[in-house]
Amino acid sequence: MTLEVQDIHKSIGETEILKGVSLTVEAGEFVALLGPSGSGKTTLLNIVAGLAHADQGRLMLDGEDITRLPSGQRHFGMVFQNYALFRHMTVAENVGFGLKVMPAASRPSRAEIATRVADLLDMVELPHLADRFPAQLSGGQRQRVAMARALAIRPRLLLMDEPFSALDTQVRHSLRGEVRALQRKAGVAAIMVTHDRGEAWALADRIAVMDHGRIVQFDRPEALSENPASEAVRTLVEGIA
Amino acid sequence: MLRRFLIGLALAFLGLMVLLPVLAIFTRAFADGAAAYIAAIIEPETLAAIRLTVVAAVIVVPLNIVFGTAAAWLVARYRFWGRRALLILIELPFAMSPIVVGLCFLLIYGAYGPVGAALEPYGIQLMFNLTGIVLVSLFITCPFVMREILPVLMVTGEDEEKAALTLGANGWQIFRHVVLPNISWGLAYGTMLTMARAMGEFGAVSVVSGAIRGRTMTLPLQIELLYNDYNATGAFAAATVLTALALVTLIIRGLLNRFGPAREVHP
Repeated sequence: MTLEVQDIHKSIGETEILKGVSLTVEAGEFVALLGPSGSGKTTLLNIVAGLAHADQGRLMLDGEDITRLPSGQRHFGMVFQNYALFRHMTVAENVGFGLKVMPAASRPSRAEIATRVADLLDMVELPHLADRFPAQLSGGQRQRVAMARALAIRPRLLLMDEPFSALDTQVRHSLRGEVRALQRKAGVAAIMVTHDRGEAWALADRIAVMDHGRIVQFDRPEALSENPASEAVRTLVEGIA
Repeated sequence: MLRRFLIGLALAFLGLMVLLPVLAIFTRAFADGAAAYIAAIIEPETLAAIRLTVVAAVIVVPLNIVFGTAAAWLVARYRFWGRRALLILIELPFAMSPIVVGLCFLLIYGAYGPVGAALEPYGIQLMFNLTGIVLVSLFITCPFVMREILPVLMVTGEDEEKAALTLGANGWQIFRHVVLPNISWGLAYGTMLTMARAMGEFGAVSVVSGAIRGRTMTLPLQIELLYNDYNATGAFAAATVLTALALVTLIIRGLLNRFGPAREVHP
């Protein structure tokens, strides 16, 4: 699955949030959108997710124009900043939700859903917590449930909005490797929004550095360190750290 | 010391202002014996009033649950022109005297009002019947459900709804599985208030009911009528029914809360 973001513009009121953003995410690739707050990275992620709509520009997924496709039909798994778990559902019900709400014609049977949920909970190493409610979980456990829920729908793309920001520093570092491993295992390309330089460097294949509604450089972490495109990128990248 | 004082104060107030009057209703209703009480209840006019009150509430409450929930969701999740006006307008029934509400409806929907006059040639009469009672009750009770749900919707659930959207849920599924469980407590409480007010409303209903004995008398109107007829046993017997209906509402709320969709567990 290759995602092409083509010349996206977005204004909210008088403010231009995105000023012509383009990037390509290759199959299986992990891309980080890195930038200070207000740089437009979350808006861009929401547009890719279908939760916001671009004023101009196109989104292409393997040649298919998905710019106007409703969010639910894109089959993108999204991990929200605060995880947005359904608080009145158990962990298992949370993970199975995306399967339960599928149209009757394509929906797996109850037993198949249960098996898939069990597999996913094994994958995120939480099989013993299936019957707990989100309020009974630690931050790290919630994040893994959110990952499992997003992966349950066999997403064509994984989207993550600051997935570590709600965690304390220790857990944050230990979960980085896990998230990357899960993404590899699921074989799905991922876009992660972050303002944490270390996180982007540790996880991403390529990093899109954003500033004031533009991507100022899009390259591998090493290349960004060695050859910043401009002095602005250098100070930005160092400043973000 | 302070704690005891506060508890004592609360209990004394509740006793004097709530419990005693309610007890008095039952005591007075049974003052002439159980036989007189039962005779007063099964009096055809009183039975008709009970029936009319329940029928009106059964129509009004579901309509205002749907309207109140839809309006609260709209106001909480969308920004649109006239949103503020809607928020203020929806509170209007709280601010207006019920008797004025009744007169307004009479002015518009009565036989000499613009809407009433337009419908009259087709044999449709809106006032002085069940329709009129339902219309004013809808107006009087329309803020309750929305007022209870809106604060809950404002502070919770928006991200959950977005998550459900990205997972492929349609509007109805999001409402059923995500919104409804979050607002169930507020919804139950708003429903209870709506029901209590719809059954107990006096002022507005008295204007538009026409007060036809045995036909358009709701329970509160019937109670006043009996009382003015010096039929104290009849009035208080009817009052016990209204009080009992209120208690049923409370029990329903309790049940909703116990067995409803809210299964949130706090650590």
